[in-house]
Amino acid sequence: MSFEQVLQYIFSGITVGSIYAVVAIGFNIIYNSTGIINFAQGEFVMMGGIIAHSFTPTMPLFLAVVLAVVITTAVGSLIELVFIRSLKNPSVLRMIIITIGLSILIREIALHIWDEKIRALPFFTGSEVTSITIFGAHISPQVLWVLGITALIVVALQFFFYFTFTGQAMRACAANRKAASLCGINTRKMVNLSFCLSAAIGAVAGCTVSPLTQTHYAMGTPLAIKGFTVAILGGLGNSTAAVLAGLLLGLLESFSISLLPMAYKDVIAISILLLILFFRPGGLFQSRQIVALKSF
Amino acid sequence: MNRPYIRTPVLLEVKNLNKSFGGVHAVNNVSFTLNSGIIKAIIGPNGAGKTTLFNIISGILKANSGRVSFKGEDITGLNPHEIAERGIVRTFQNIKLAGHMSVLDNVMIGRHSKTRAGFFAAALSLPWTIKEEARTKEVCMEIMEMFSLTDLANEEVSNLPFGKQRAVEFARALAADPELLLLDEPASGLNIYETEELAEVIERIKNKGITILLVEHDMSLVMDISDEILVLNFGKEVASGLPEKVQKNPEVINIYLGEG
Amino acid sequence: MDLKRYYPVVVLILVVILIQILTSLFGITFYLTQLTMSAYYSLLTIGLCMLMGYAGQISLGQAGFFAIGGYTTAFLTTVNLIDKAEAPVLSLFKSLGIMVLREDLYGNKILHLSPWVAFLFAVIITIFIAFLIGVPVLKLKGHYLAMATLGFGIIVYRVVLGTRAFGEADGITRVPGFNLLPGIRVSGDFANRVENYYIAWVLVIIGAILLINLVNSRAGRALRYLHGSEEAASTMGVNVSRYKLNVFVLSAIYASVAGVFLTHFNAGIGPSEASVMKSVRYVAIVAAGGMANLWGTLIMAVTLNFLSLRGVFGTYDDAVFAVILIVIMLFAPRGLIRKGVISEIEFAFKKLKPGGIIKVKRES
Ligand SMILES: Nc1ncnc2c1ncn2[C@@H]1O[C@H](COP(=O)(O)OP(=O)(O)O)[C@@H](O)[C@H]1O
Ligand SMILES: [Mg+2]
Repeated sequence: MSFEQVLQYIFSGITVGSIYAVVAIGFNIIYNSTGIINFAQGEFVMMGGIIAHSFTPTMPLFLAVVLAVVITTAVGSLIELVFIRSLKNPSVLRMIIITIGLSILIREIALHIWDEKIRALPFFTGSEVTSITIFGAHISPQVLWVLGITALIVVALQFFFYFTFTGQAMRACAANRKAASLCGINTRKMVNLSFCLSAAIGAVAGCTVSPLTQTHYAMGTPLAIKGFTVAILGGLGNSTAAVLAGLLLGLLESFSISLLPMAYKDVIAISILLLILFFRPGGLFQSRQIVALKSF
Repeated sequence: MNRPYIRTPVLLEVKNLNKSFGGVHAVNNVSFTLNSGIIKAIIGPNGAGKTTLFNIISGILKANSGRVSFKGEDITGLNPHEIAERGIVRTFQNIKLAGHMSVLDNVMIGRHSKTRAGFFAAALSLPWTIKEEARTKEVCMEIMEMFSLTDLANEEVSNLPFGKQRAVEFARALAADPELLLLDEPASGLNIYETEELAEVIERIKNKGITILLVEHDMSLVMDISDEILVLNFGKEVASGLPEKVQKNPEVINIYLGEG
Repeated sequence: MDLKRYYPVVVLILVVILIQILTSLFGITFYLTQLTMSAYYSLLTIGLCMLMGYAGQISLGQAGFFAIGGYTTAFLTTVNLIDKAEAPVLSLFKSLGIMVLREDLYGNKILHLSPWVAFLFAVIITIFIAFLIGVPVLKLKGHYLAMATLGFGIIVYRVVLGTRAFGEADGITRVPGFNLLPGIRVSGDFANRVENYYIAWVLVIIGAILLINLVNSRAGRALRYLHGSEEAASTMGVNVSRYKLNVFVLSAIYASVAGVFLTHFNAGIGPSEASVMKSVRYVAIVAAGGMANLWGTLIMAVTLNFLSLRGVFGTYDDAVFAVILIVIMLFAPRGLIRKGVISEIEFAFKKLKPGGIIKVKRES
């Protein structure tokens, strides 16, 4: 393998890896505020890309993306209002089944609105043939868009959770909902906000990555399981670690293609998930005792 | 109060047991022996490590160091079901029953380690499994009668009032024919009358020859029925011995007055 | 013994016979084909009901076990060994009478393992894999268990989809019939339609009887008990990890046997049988049937699969199952097939106003 090739693999690895990280962060945000793993997380990414795509013929790309994010966020909020809020003390099994149902429902609705064609948003700058050369490797500028926007999401979320009043209120809810509620925090609003937030970042990721990896109505489930792998790798609930874990999984997958047939790509990621679940359910980076503590 | 008793063989021996959770040393080098046929109470303020001690003896938690032996056999680190098979059965401070199942089912599970029908035999409904099941039911109905649960046999446990649920837990434990019974705060959540009944029940169990290790907050109950007392505070032994002796121990008085 | 628990079996047998007679009378025996397929899916589903409904362990990988059974038998009964016929192992197999020599449609000679051996082999492989996966997976709870089993299911799907020997996207076709006993043959031939309908339902009835016995026994009580509280069960002497493993393997066997038979009946199997959606569908059926409710599950399994196979749901097939999952879990988490469900649903609707923060019981 030449140096340029290695570099190529690295870039493609961190590109998909950063998407996995965003999905994982989406999992974490909802998990921290509700204790639910939202199996429909991958569908937010799909919705972002596919909705933006259908707006592009009629408006500038930027506007289409914004609109897609807004719509996806609204759907996230609606899901919380309609399906989650009315439940009192649901068992984990019930929550799992409901979010799985939602994931499939969204997917099927997408199939009926948009059919099963594979589509892609136009490149944000240039076209599919535009490339910049970094150390001899040819990289699409879109890769930089993906990395830049992911970084922006992570930094913005950190800022939000640590320096804004609402963000701190959400952290308070995550740490102890009852206490937060007694302090006058509207915990219901915070739960809703967590669904909005993770839908929004999912949609943003779905738009930025669409020119590279394309958008398809059924892309959600594999993304969800990989995002979950990353969330577990980093330690469920810990979003900073999720970024690292995302890049790690992306790189592993990217390099695995040079060893195994493309068809087995998902097998690698899922085998990692199983191994981690079996041997280090607290994640790569932390000891079991810290697992109980939650932070964004 | 003065209750002289004959020395009987050692049933349970706990030696230098330690368990910590992060920084909390929940059980700190605890040792004691329990002679068969008696009631020994373990008392101490909340968080003293009593439940943790029970969890280790019954195999739910693994100790960091130390040894538990039962009838001379080292049982440290065995799984809960292996410990149950040896004749150690417990109740829980916050009742643990299968709320979605009937009272009868909840009592019958107590006989699990005394019966044999496994997956194959049961799926084929071999004749001996049917006999075994009928016998189990019979035994359990007898035990339930002792706790006036007979009429409630087919009631779902989650529909029962708290006091009745405690009774189901007792019946379940007795169905297992234990040699050693661990009772974790059996009087908590009971009213005065129920507590009085409880004292009687415990005496009856003792008279069947079952040895009892009792964790309890209700001091009058403890002084009434126990033969020996072990006092724990912050995971450590503070005092031990006969009730009247322990009662006069200044450190114990201090702990209990300090708490009140 | 309490014979009341077998009453539903009697009813089931009568209904099965009645339906066959009615379809003959009205000349609509083509319905039997879908009823046969539904029966095999039901077999899998009642196995899952035992695992998920009674023992409380969710599995999103049940289609994986179905596919392991189906693909194993399909592969072993179609792979042509004629070129290697002289190999000592094969000679041994031939002398044991466990090889089959037949001609395909074009007159080519095909030598392969006999379906009985393939069947046994499929079950053994299933047991092996179920043990291998079950030991670590069943230590997990809640979301982790769901994701791990889902992961297993996706791996099976990807492997069958990406492997040449398994026919990739086309699956394996031209799987021969399975001569169960002399004169009794599992196959989709038109002439065997009625016979196959009965084969499938006898299998379901046997499977159901075994499970009812199990549920009402010491072992079944232990399974139901660990659903309620693993800690209490273990301190009463239940070897919780072994019981969970046993029921996991049992449900895998049910799935695998269903896979083997349906593959012979359909004369083939494709990767869609291993898809996540299939696994989710089975979970939906158990949920709709009332979780710990064998008969409810069976009724739901036959009804929904039959409607789905008839194409009643059209292109909304998967969506229907998704809606079932959501609606059942929101309004009737204890399932549809039981007394008092109507009033409960009304009650739930009245209660359904925004309010009440979710509190999920956390399981690590
Ligand atoms: N599973 C656990 N994880 C962490 N800390 C625990 C756990 N169980 C008990 N503890 C801690 O150990 C100490 C002793 O608790 P416990 O044995 O329940 O006391 P007691 O039963 O005497 O009231 C307490 O400080 C408690 O917080
Ligand atoms: Mg306690």
